[in-house]
Amino acid sequence: MSNDNDFYVSPRRTMTAEEFEGKGRRSFLIGLLALGLGGAGITELSRQQAPGDRIAAPLRSVHDFNSAIWQSFYSPDRLSPTFDPSEAGPIRINGRHGVRNEIDLDAWTLDAIGPDGSTLGQHVIDDFTSMPFEEMTVEHKCVEGWSQIVTWGGTAFANFAALYPDAAEAEFVNMETPDGVYQVSLDRDSMLHPQTLLAWELNGEPLTQLHGAPLRLAMPHKYGIKQIKRISRIEFSNVRGPDYWTERGYDWYAGL
Amino acid sequence: MPMGVYVQVQGDAMTDTATDNTQVAVEVHPRAIRWMHWFNFPIISVMIWSGLRIYWSFDFTRVPGEFGDNNLIPNVVYEQLDLDRKLAKGLSFHLSFGWLLVINGLAYLAYLAYSREWKHIVPRLGDLKNIPATILHDMGLKKEAPAHGQYNVMQQVAYSTVLVMAAIIVATGFALFKPTQLAWLTNLFGGYERARAIHLLMTFGLLSFFGVHIVQVMRSGFANFWSMVTGYELEDVTPDDHTDDSPGAAEIDATPEEELANV
Repeated sequence: MSNDNDFYVSPRRTMTAEEFEGKGRRSFLIGLLALGLGGAGITELSRQQAPGDRIAAPLRSVHDFNSAIWQSFYSPDRLSPTFDPSEAGPIRINGRHGVRNEIDLDAWTLDAIGPDGSTLGQHVIDDFTSMPFEEMTVEHKCVEGWSQIVTWGGTAFANFAALYPDAAEAEFVNMETPDGVYQVSLDRDSMLHPQTLLAWELNGEPLTQLHGAPLRLAMPHKYGIKQIKRISRIEFSNVRGPDYWTERGYDWYAGL
Repeated sequence: MPMGVYVQVQGDAMTDTATDNTQVAVEVHPRAIRWMHWFNFPIISVMIWSGLRIYWSFDFTRVPGEFGDNNLIPNVVYEQLDLDRKLAKGLSFHLSFGWLLVINGLAYLAYLAYSREWKHIVPRLGDLKNIPATILHDMGLKKEAPAHGQYNVMQQVAYSTVLVMAAIIVATGFALFKPTQLAWLTNLFGGYERARAIHLLMTFGLLSFFGVHIVQVMRSGFANFWSMVTGYELEDVTPDDHTDDSPGAAEIDATPEEELANV
């Protein structure tokens, strides 16, 4: 049995001192090159912005790659964890985009638009509150990292989509606020998920204006940035519509 | 003793050694290990940098105070390192380079298993008793180091712990990334908030390791550092080559039969 057990796993290869010197030089150059290229690459990746985007194209591609992976595991049967309503608490108002100014809630209407751009119908709040009501107590997650357990009350988006079965076959649902400032687009699967609600209640109370009165989106399987407040327009479309935070560098899918 | 004489004596001794023993470079770190080791450097740097940009947007240790916020990481650190108000960029880098970390980690584990290099890294239960002596030796309080293979028991504990921490950081990362689709994983870590705290804690764990690692590498000298670059380290060749005569090393890979033979 050998005494040389230091490297008992693999045989120890050797080279002469001269060869070692040459290898050292090569390694040094490779290391220097890698450091330079890597550093320049990462700097450039951080600096670049794709057209209409705030992040570089390769980073956007990885967002889309990630979305494709997780969407392939999507199942409407997989639900976000729910909690006891007693655990629900108040939620901070984090973004005022699209709801900055008070509106006359009685004058509010919501337009349903078809894939061809035609107006399918105009709705008032009673159209929604007369639909089957349900409550869910879920964790509302912000892309910033905070979360809050809240109880949303409203009707499943699927109930609304059922009014326009043909249009609802479209690939995307594009929504916006009355002032057109805040826009969200979502894929059909995410919209028809059983936990996607058109909500008018928060923790048992009617929504305040800053929380999105009279009608907002509530979907615990997406970050808050997708849960548009004060919706005035719902467009069924085969074209992905504009999306406020995606244009500012965030992931479009934003799925949890 | 006059300086000149001293140097002369030393010089002669060295010349003698050089005449009797040539030096040979011996492989210490296989190529795969070296590449994966150094890939970690840019990947983990970007992960921590982008992670702090994400973390900034909700620092759960933040306590508003009379003179501004008090955080575990002070605001001035965020501002000076350009970590504030860069959430979208932080997320896009974190969720891209995270894959590189996962790929590098999996490749490393596969290589450890395939090459059996894991035996260098995972401490044997019997060696754990050497921990106090190893620490005393490292601190310079004890002359003799306990016998060991490529790495001493404290290195083995450190390197194994790092692998466990890396696994936890990846697992909590996925728990935070997909808390609905992977709700079971998020629940395993005690929920979304706890998973985030563990994720951060592991980051600090890794950073502490890097600190100790760099200090120890500096202590052990340039040749040791350079061996992780080139893979080789120069050794003197003696006529009777016992490069490692540590008594404990002999039994490391021995089967029971071989151990009997040793007795």
